[in-house]
Amino acid sequence: MENRPLEYDYTVAKMFMLTTVVLGIVGMLVGVILAWEMAFPAVNTIAGQGLAEYTNFSRLRPLHTDAVIFGFTVSGIFATWYYVGQRVLKVSMAESKFLMFLGKLHFWLYLMLVVAVVGSLLLGITTSKEYAEFEWPIDIAVVVVWVIWGLQIFGLIGIRREKSLYISIWYYIATFLGIAMLYLFNNMEIPTYFASGGIGSWYHSVSMYSGTNDALVQWWYGHNAVAFGFTVPIVAMIYYFLPKESGQAVYSYKLSLLAFWGLMFVYLWAGGHHLLFSTVPDWMQTMGSVFSVVLILPSWGSAINMLLTMKGEWQQVASSPLIKFMVLASTFYMFSTLEGPIQAIKSVNALAHFTDWIVGHVHDGTLGWVAFMIMASLFHMAPRVFKREIYSKSLMNTQFWIQTLGVVLYFTSMWIAGITQGMMWRAHDEFGNLAYSFIDTVSVLHPYFTIRAVGGTLYLVGMFLFAYNMYKTMTSGRRVEESELQNASPMGA
Amino acid sequence: MFHWLEKRPFFFAVAVFVVISFAGLIEILPNFAQASQPVVGTKPYSTLELAGRHVYIKNSCNACHSQLIRPFKSETDRYGHYSLSGEYAYDRPFLWGSKRTGPDLHRVGNYRTTDWHENHMKDPTAVVPGSIMPAYGWMFKNTADIDTAYAEQLTIQKVFAVPYNKEVPLADGSKATVALADSVEGARASALEEAKVIAADMKDQDVKDAVAAGEIPEIVAIIAYLNSLK
Repeated sequence: MENRPLEYDYTVAKMFMLTTVVLGIVGMLVGVILAWEMAFPAVNTIAGQGLAEYTNFSRLRPLHTDAVIFGFTVSGIFATWYYVGQRVLKVSMAESKFLMFLGKLHFWLYLMLVVAVVGSLLLGITTSKEYAEFEWPIDIAVVVVWVIWGLQIFGLIGIRREKSLYISIWYYIATFLGIAMLYLFNNMEIPTYFASGGIGSWYHSVSMYSGTNDALVQWWYGHNAVAFGFTVPIVAMIYYFLPKESGQAVYSYKLSLLAFWGLMFVYLWAGGHHLLFSTVPDWMQTMGSVFSVVLILPSWGSAINMLLTMKGEWQQVASSPLIKFMVLASTFYMFSTLEGPIQAIKSVNALAHFTDWIVGHVHDGTLGWVAFMIMASLFHMAPRVFKREIYSKSLMNTQFWIQTLGVVLYFTSMWIAGITQGMMWRAHDEFGNLAYSFIDTVSVLHPYFTIRAVGGTLYLVGMFLFAYNMYKTMTSGRRVEESELQNASPMGA
Repeated sequence: MFHWLEKRPFFFAVAVFVVISFAGLIEILPNFAQASQPVVGTKPYSTLELAGRHVYIKNSCNACHSQLIRPFKSETDRYGHYSLSGEYAYDRPFLWGSKRTGPDLHRVGNYRTTDWHENHMKDPTAVVPGSIMPAYGWMFKNTADIDTAYAEQLTIQKVFAVPYNKEVPLADGSKATVALADSVEGARASALEEAKVIAADMKDQDVKDAVAAGEIPEIVAIIAYLNSLK
């Protein structure tokens, strides 16, 4: 009994894997609809005039961002936590009835939250603050779900056998703390129904901060939600899954230390780059700009550490689609964390801000880095969780190339669109008058909007292939023994 | 030191929290009080304007329109004077936006009229050929939520001392007072008075009939809000 290897319990991990896939498809489908609406406005009323209120761009836009952030990505974070956490702490969820209960409670409350969010956003119940659109009742539920996750994390750490916390655990802890702090402060709001003695709608609230202050808090949140939602937990994943899948040790422990503490210290300062040339004090803008450039160091520290982990084993990139996903994710991380600081330089920002170049930047980071890494993690987990080999390697390869093409079309078209529009906005004729009316600068974007919509559609097609491959793995992949699951994941043809 | 921390989750978490929290303290706190002072000429929103602001938010207008004019010649040429911090003193939440799929709206009240907005919301391409903005037909049918706007006014007056029923200075040296009713019924009545002025400039017969019958369609409220942006 004593010598038997630990049997990890993946019940909760499986639940969150399901929501990762489903909400990924939902969120990206909404995104694709939005992209076609921008290219061809008639799509806004595709379900008829009667439903136009719910299919039009402005209602769907927050639904897209929140579905991919809080639906797809956060589900992916939870799914990997319930897998990685047990394994690196050398403790099974089955050992504690309480932690198991917390895990399941965590999932079901999260699912109820998803339903509430989708419903309220479609009805137009929003605070308007980006990625913090939820009204106060949902905010309270979010805090409860997050605290339950925190209890689960520290509960599992509390009963661990492996005393030293592996690098991934550092990043999960930071994710928990960072989001908790940011979300609480940015969503400080007063319910008007109670403050006014029972007048108006019960769910409406008013922000505790006004104007410039509100903007400052919001972008401190908005920027760092990217840090602690799209960077920190995804780094947690790659530090576990890349060494595991490739069978290579992490290249440098010291570099991982430097990158972790550097990222923690530097990231929070950079929020000001969303507010360049706004009414925020100049010194804050400059701080935001300078720290954004410094941020290249810790970001590239992690990325280089991961790429060098593959040293001497590069043939795996050619032979394994799973390694392909992770190496490309890491490369997109480097690319995106170089592009971001460039956009944060004041003179570049003057051109890029408010244009589609920013949208392009977000998507090369999220589609190329975040989503690729989450899908790679799920691919690695599937054989271990379901005890079956991945259904189809060739399908994985197909998915990889379709989605890579999709991302490339997306960001290249948005670069051109953004820079074109930025240049046209500022162009003056020989007499010093504006050279273009606003609508000129919109009409010119039509081809790029179309290319972007095609790119997004390709990516969505890849998502369907991903879902199909996962489903087939779960139901009809060949059964595998524990001995086949040491490193490289077993894959069917 | 790091090896020591890695074996002590509690102290590790504390260390992470300290490292991530002080950037916010240093960047956000020092200018907090100063940034919330209104400039001369900035007035609190009336009940109807605030209800219109809620319609603006409900439909995420801020997803495509900014309300922040940057201090560049190309922007001041196109939109008017660059934005000042104090002009946003009564904006809860701020609506600067992060993307200009459509033009900036911070001073749209200076150069667009009720009539223009009515036509534009019904069919954007009728006034701006080639526009990719969707039509907002439902705003002509849905009723604006005046009660909630009034509840918000009461809240911000009580909690943040927003100067309703008090004189505020205007740019030309005169003073203005934004009245706040002392009951819901009073707020509905004053919003309706404002709505009648807007509806008088509109053509849509259903909207005119609704206002005459004491109902305020969303379109009237949002036009009141857009006209207030100067």
